[in-house]
Amino acid sequence: MEAYLSLAVKSIFIENMALAFFLGMCSFLAVSKKVETSIGLGAAVIFVLAICTPLTNLVYVYLLKEGALAWLSPGLAKTDLSFLAFLTFIGIIAAAVQVVEMAIEKYAPSLYSALGVFLPLIAVNCAILGAALFMVERDYNFAESTIYGIGSGIGWALAIVALAAIREKMRYSDVPRGLRGLGITFMITGLMAIGFMAFAGIQL
Amino acid sequence: MKFLRNLLDKLEKPFQKGQPLEKLYPVYEMHDTILYTPGQVTEGSTHVRDALDLKRMMITVVIALIPCICMAFYNTGYQANLAIASYGAKPLAIWQTQVYQLLGFKPGMMSFWAHVVYGGLFFLPVLITTFAVGGIIEVSNAIIRKHEVNEGFLVTGFLLPLTLPPTIPLWQVALGTAFGVLIGKEIFGGTGKNILNPALTGRAFLFFAYPAQISGDKPWIAADFVASKFTSTLPDAVSGATWLGKAATNKAALASHGFGSPAWWDAFLGFVPGSMGETSVLACLIGAFILIYMQIGSWRTMAGVVLGTFTMTALLSGGSSDTNPMFAVPFYWHVVLGGWAFGTVFMATDPVSSAFTDMGRWVYGFLIGVMVILVRVVNPAYPEGMMLAILFMNMFAPFIDHFVVQANIKRRLERNAAV
Repeated sequence: MEAYLSLAVKSIFIENMALAFFLGMCSFLAVSKKVETSIGLGAAVIFVLAICTPLTNLVYVYLLKEGALAWLSPGLAKTDLSFLAFLTFIGIIAAAVQVVEMAIEKYAPSLYSALGVFLPLIAVNCAILGAALFMVERDYNFAESTIYGIGSGIGWALAIVALAAIREKMRYSDVPRGLRGLGITFMITGLMAIGFMAFAGIQL
Repeated sequence: MKFLRNLLDKLEKPFQKGQPLEKLYPVYEMHDTILYTPGQVTEGSTHVRDALDLKRMMITVVIALIPCICMAFYNTGYQANLAIASYGAKPLAIWQTQVYQLLGFKPGMMSFWAHVVYGGLFFLPVLITTFAVGGIIEVSNAIIRKHEVNEGFLVTGFLLPLTLPPTIPLWQVALGTAFGVLIGKEIFGGTGKNILNPALTGRAFLFFAYPAQISGDKPWIAADFVASKFTSTLPDAVSGATWLGKAATNKAALASHGFGSPAWWDAFLGFVPGSMGETSVLACLIGAFILIYMQIGSWRTMAGVVLGTFTMTALLSGGSSDTNPMFAVPFYWHVVLGGWAFGTVFMATDPVSSAFTDMGRWVYGFLIGVMVILVRVVNPAYPEGMMLAILFMNMFAPFIDHFVVQANIKRRLERNAAV
């Protein structure tokens, strides 16, 4: 239990997807103008990460990993399909986002309209693929990858909502013309990453 | 005084619109308004008049900082002379020591003026560098961006040197100031428009860029322990490490000194090695009193930090571990060590980068308290966490405000709907 808790803390704060690894930057920078929409996108990312990371874990462990196909027939015990990992993961993520989108549209239309265009956009959010690849690299099991998926989703959502709040406050700022818009947002992201370095070095 | 006013009025001519020195108007305006209340008022029917403008507010902070500045002069010299006189350290072979000797003092002299002069020789150059570099950036930005020179920099210029160790190279001070003022403040449009505390931004930059000169055991006392033959025989208490550094490695370091012991009183009064102006809790308390009495600093933020620190130490003292002695450090030690008091009083209460709402300030302060203990205790990479805790919460201050405001709107809507 304690191991899962520290994995959650690690994925939310210490190895924050957005501010320690700078993953998912495109939507992080583009959809952080307003707090409300960034909360929507953050929630959608948590949702998709919580589904995709364990799903890719299953696929990797039972289909792609070296010797993973042994359960089909003993003749396949030496087969190593891990070179297909990138392709498969991207496919799984895109498919999962589509399924999630359809499911939400059917069963929770109000949430669907609130998330709008951001839901399909998540398919190309590199934080999702990043989580799947970290899962492979670190040999997480099914439970761990579920926790890791949810945790890194929460961390990413926290970062984007904080950035959106800062950008809303920046209405009162007077940024030099050349830096307005994305330029200053990049710099704020860098300053936020300095703040998140408070966690760098914590061993859990 | 009439003479001064006349002189200023006469000087104003070439700076007005269409005159040759038009572009340098902010420089004139800066000197004019620091000496006199600005003459211009807002036109139109509604106008709130208040004697407290930005300049008076910032000057009040500087006044509140005076005890800390005095301690920076005294304690920096005291620590160096003490190390030389009692523990066999050699004076640093740099120009400060030469000037000190030229003035007729000897390194290791234990007198009040010797401490003040030796300390001043370390503190003043840092202060002057900060003001020179920061001032140039501030004024040139004011001229280019056509805004007024703000006294916000006056506070930053005092805060940054006070948080630096005495032995820091001056070019690093210049670099840190430039980063803090430019990236921390000017790119957002100047005082009042930034999101992070500029002084802390500058210090964090130095902390991550040049860790050797701003962390560890060496920089906190302006004396050379390495050249001394007695290094190995030095008592553990005076190897140059700060108490926080010692507590992180040695479980017995603080355990033998309880509340009210001489070692604790030394830390409370500030006669311990550390950043130049942050060692004395007493000086910070005087500053806190001035800030709260003048209603410049928020008592809610300060109370929040105290509460957060207390809660977190209470929580963590239960989970003591053998490998990490920081778990056992009690609350009354945490608040006198490192930059806790200075950060709580002067950094966390920065009206620009902290939360704006009253409720938000409680939350913001509380989370700073939680974060500082978390970094100090759980993170082995940094023995001190005040700077990082405040920077971290600076980022989340707008976030906290947003939800406080939304909750207010919701509550009022409900109240009105019920009527």
